[in-house]
Amino acid sequence: MLEKALIGSKKYYGLVILLLIVIGGGFYFYLRQLSLGLGITGMSRDVSWGLYITQFTFLVGVAASAVMVVLPYYLHNYKAFGKITILGEFLAVACVAMCLTFIIADLGQPGRAFNVLLYPSPSSILFWDMIVLNGYLVLNIVIGWTVLSSERKSVPPPAWVKPLIYLSIPWAVSIHTVTAFIYAGLPGRGFWLTAIMAPRFLASAFATGPALLIMLCFIIRRFTKFDPGKEAIQNLAKVIAYAMAVSVFFVLLEIFTVFYSGLPEHMHHFKYLFVGLEGHGKLVPWMWTSVILAFLSLILLINPHTRKREGILAVACVAVFVSLWIEKGLGLVITGFIPSPLGRVFEYTPTGPEVMITLGIWAMGFLILTVLYKIAVAIKEEISA
Amino acid sequence: MKTDRRGFLKIGGIGILGFAAKPLCDVLLRGDLVEASTKADVLAGKKLAMIVDMNKCKEGCRDCIDACHSVHNVPDIGNPKDEVKWIWTELYEKTFPEQEQEFITRGKKPVVVLCNHCDNPPCVRVCPTKATFKRKDGIVMMDYHRCIGCRFCMAACPYGSRSLNWKDPRPFIKKINPEFPTRTRGVVEKCNFCEERLAKGLIPACVEACKEKALLFGNLKDSDTEVGNVLHSGHTIRRKPELGTGPQIYYIV
Repeated sequence: MLEKALIGSKKYYGLVILLLIVIGGGFYFYLRQLSLGLGITGMSRDVSWGLYITQFTFLVGVAASAVMVVLPYYLHNYKAFGKITILGEFLAVACVAMCLTFIIADLGQPGRAFNVLLYPSPSSILFWDMIVLNGYLVLNIVIGWTVLSSERKSVPPPAWVKPLIYLSIPWAVSIHTVTAFIYAGLPGRGFWLTAIMAPRFLASAFATGPALLIMLCFIIRRFTKFDPGKEAIQNLAKVIAYAMAVSVFFVLLEIFTVFYSGLPEHMHHFKYLFVGLEGHGKLVPWMWTSVILAFLSLILLINPHTRKREGILAVACVAVFVSLWIEKGLGLVITGFIPSPLGRVFEYTPTGPEVMITLGIWAMGFLILTVLYKIAVAIKEEISA
Repeated sequence: MKTDRRGFLKIGGIGILGFAAKPLCDVLLRGDLVEASTKADVLAGKKLAMIVDMNKCKEGCRDCIDACHSVHNVPDIGNPKDEVKWIWTELYEKTFPEQEQEFITRGKKPVVVLCNHCDNPPCVRVCPTKATFKRKDGIVMMDYHRCIGCRFCMAACPYGSRSLNWKDPRPFIKKINPEFPTRTRGVVEKCNFCEERLAKGLIPACVEACKEKALLFGNLKDSDTEVGNVLHSGHTIRRKPELGTGPQIYYIV
């Protein structure tokens, strides 16, 4: 099936070349980071995780959200999602690939990455994260590829994939739960020390992933002959509406607990995030943008008249994606470090090279996604023709 | 004997597995682990701790800091973003936020802080390669050659005791002490309780350097050390004991 990725329109080649250029730029700066050290990023002794780990955390969520199309289709035999299941699975593959690359980019000594395997440490959540992420990557590649190739031959998928598909459902939940545990189990970080971290992660993931999937469906429908179907898109939109509502609710729960209890070590972080602390507030405008977009998207998604109009739905999906990218892909990780355990407010701003490396990894993910979607769509077109 | 493709692949596969067998056995039946454990038994009779007497500590003095940093080749990077430090001073209210009350005037001078060599260290728990580990005598150690620089330990440490080498530290070391290794970029480091000096029968460099005798160091399992006596007879506090980390640096404030 790979041959389908090699033949395409001029636009397809153009997109691939564009992504390759961005990847090349990121790779150049990564080589510089490799020779100079992580000092070329904006990370510091106080804010020791930055853009790489925030993107990793955000993308684990997008990857996990494939379950939102896999579960209704395979467990409830909801036919409308049959056409887009493969899109969900391949999106998961691209996202997990980005996650793993972001982890490697974040390591101070990437050449020693295999020490995680040489000295397995089950007490470390990072060890388990490595297992669940790699497992999820393999599951989605195997499932997606096998089901698609059977579909091409117009035969039912082989019986051995079924158990793998069922396994992939709790596995999707596990990847984001384990990722939440990286943060939620640390005694000195009041911002993250909350049992609601994993459910919060899952709720925001189940809004972000389907929102991206709808946008991708719109793009596919516009540029190819494959139509994912109105019903599938409308039902995904409902999933987003519920998940977004739950996500906002969970954040409000955090805010109540933190401010009503008045525990300073928990409160300071939220203050930094929304109003600034000791005159520092770089994230404040970002967070209020996120809040406004969150409520805007809720209005557009909950109201059936606006949700059913695809132009407005597209706007709502962009709002969900941007809002949650700010909340999780920017605020959640960085604010855990501000103020530091010693009460110091030291702000973080990513540097140019850091942003370029980040963009390069996103481009790599989108290249994987483009190639996989090209194959999937070409085969869907072939079947319908 | 007729060999078909299937048979050939089978034999080939088993052959390749055979190559993997030896290194696997080497790892599983590693002899040096036994050696290490006998050493650990010697250490097990110890529980090392330090007392910082802030009544004796002289404000503005840097003797302990300079001694430690020069003995251990700690670079002086010169900016707060990339700085590396093993022992330093922090404001009283930042060191003991739970002790804060606005009427304290006496004794509010900056407090000496370092790695707490916790009984239950979060940094050791989270390390994915066991590059940071706890010895039987209580010292929380770093293996600079195993550390992958993921900085999970820095996120986990509730005391801010750990530093990453954001860049090559060597150009920032004023005078390299050949007795102690320098570090490479991308690895985490912190106070090691002068493990290398203890092995030679010396006391930690910071304790030795303090002219005011504000730092006491000793083995809590030894019944009549000064450290033990002070802990038994007087009131001492620790940093954030409510986190359950069991810090082994005790303060008289």
